[in-house]
Amino acid sequence: MSGSNAEISRDDVAHLANLARIDLTEDELERLAPQLSVILESVATVAQVAANDIPPMSHAVPLSNVFRPDEVRPSLTPEQALAAAPQVDQQRFAVPRILGEEA
Amino acid sequence: MTDLTRLTAAALADAFAAREVSAVEATQAHLDRIAAVDSDVHAFLHVDVDGALATARAVDDARAGGTAVHPLAGVPIAVKDLLATNGLPTTCGSKILQGWIPPYDATVVARLKVAGLPILGKTNMDEFAMGSSTEHSAYGPTRNPWDLGRIPGGSGGGSAAAVAAYETPLAVGTDTGGSIRQPGAVTGTVGVKPTYGGVSRYGLVALASSLDQAGPVTRTVLDAALLHQLIGGHDPLDSTSIDSPVPAVVEATRRADVSGMRIGVIAELGGEGYQPGVRARFDDVVALLSKAGADVVEVSCPSFDYALAAYYLILPSEASSNLAKFDAMRYGLRVAPDGVEVPSAEEVMSASRAAGFGDEVKRRIILGTYALSSGYYDAYYGSAQKVRTLIARDFDAAFEEVDVLVSPTAPTTAFRFGDKLDDPLAMYLNDIATIPANLAGVPGLSVPSGLADEDGLPVGVQLLAPALAEDRLYNVAAAIEAMLAEQWGGPLLAQAPELEVRT
Repeated sequence: MSGSNAEISRDDVAHLANLARIDLTEDELERLAPQLSVILESVATVAQVAANDIPPMSHAVPLSNVFRPDEVRPSLTPEQALAAAPQVDQQRFAVPRILGEEA
Repeated sequence: MTDLTRLTAAALADAFAAREVSAVEATQAHLDRIAAVDSDVHAFLHVDVDGALATARAVDDARAGGTAVHPLAGVPIAVKDLLATNGLPTTCGSKILQGWIPPYDATVVARLKVAGLPILGKTNMDEFAMGSSTEHSAYGPTRNPWDLGRIPGGSGGGSAAAVAAYETPLAVGTDTGGSIRQPGAVTGTVGVKPTYGGVSRYGLVALASSLDQAGPVTRTVLDAALLHQLIGGHDPLDSTSIDSPVPAVVEATRRADVSGMRIGVIAELGGEGYQPGVRARFDDVVALLSKAGADVVEVSCPSFDYALAAYYLILPSEASSNLAKFDAMRYGLRVAPDGVEVPSAEEVMSASRAAGFGDEVKRRIILGTYALSSGYYDAYYGSAQKVRTLIARDFDAAFEEVDVLVSPTAPTTAFRFGDKLDDPLAMYLNDIATIPANLAGVPGLSVPSGLADEDGLPVGVQLLAPALAEDRLYNVAAAIEAMLAEQWGGPLLAQAPELEVRT
């Protein structure tokens, strides 16, 4: 990826799209590169005030260790869980090949 | 006979209790209204005629049989298409979820069902709540009932327009950076973003998990309070849900008294970039509050200048992670890539997401992927999280001085379709005043403040309070609503043009 400035090239977008698992068309790559550069230039202003001594905030209401009693509760039946699946095989989600083997 | 669609939820509840109107009559009246105007407004993505009437009949039977029911039982409601509804389609305005019927209810929806509110249907929205105009819905935009050539705000434009067009007295929205409040402002309706954790997020399709909140969309402050009371409160199914009682919002609404309250005008929100008519109506409200005995002062929140930038790093980062679940494996769209004989799961996932996501969703996922990349994380996401701390500190300092903060809700009135569609940054600016509340987790409310002189379109004023102090928002909003209604001789929506009724 390009260096310290916020310029994003067409190839950068292609790399990011691959990481995000979205096939982008040539048109989309050409359009997104300048748009993302403009947006990034604008949002990069956060660095101006983010001094080292300021703690980061990830959540408005920090809660930790939220537990519930370990007891059995009603849950979806296999039929309900599979009802919206694109493809089903023997009460399982049928998926395309995962590894590089021949089908 | 009274047109039942013009009644508030509170008035309908009274009419039910007095046995003057049945839930079936009220529900049918709203279904008829939807049939008559929604081909123009397009607030709904799905209407559940049979389900709504069945609920209404059950409520009427219960009342007739002497069974105690919730006061709002039988009052129709619409639900943003981002909340899971068992048995009803839930698309989030996206092609990737076209036809998906969840096998469970969001907690908010479950509470509506238990209380007996007939669910009229699911309302339109920008795809996965990314937008400020509903133009990013894969199913076409919602039109503003004040002017069908203009946007109704977003992302929850469907819920706001449905309420403004008298298609429903109540709706549920969600607000990640202003998606309840900004549509409220531009449609002349009331919208509330509760304290983060105040309303369960279980069953909301997550956009940015640390910012999302569901809340009421209504025509009056009292209706919002009644709905808030119903949907708020602790939910063990949401680990970020706050385990404390819902603030006394209905009581606060009935108080409607600002005398002696300290109210802060936020210096950073309302100057340059705000339309003259927006500023004028805001100044009117500030003057009214002073006249009613509030102590109004100016308050500075300097870090708010960086809120928009921090938000457009945090939101895409969280969204890119949340939307990774749309992988074409267990539910949703599955598309095979062209020209590949035996595609891999990853190739199918990439092709499905390419076909199923719209422009803005792709833009934000790519942006979030970039911001979270190693080597960029500290400069972007890390810095944005620090700005979040600064904004929370600004709120803390401000609430040492004042009880409630005020600002315009949105910088402009409703704009025309297409005006900002090709300029993402211009679109993002719509949320400039609403975003700080989401970043800090504090509650916000938008209430109509009048019409802008230059275009005759609605303007809203935003009220902000400390976490879990929603009662202050409802108190002040109810006071503003009452003072303005006295000036106008009725609610703002009474000045909206009548929609053409189609049969």
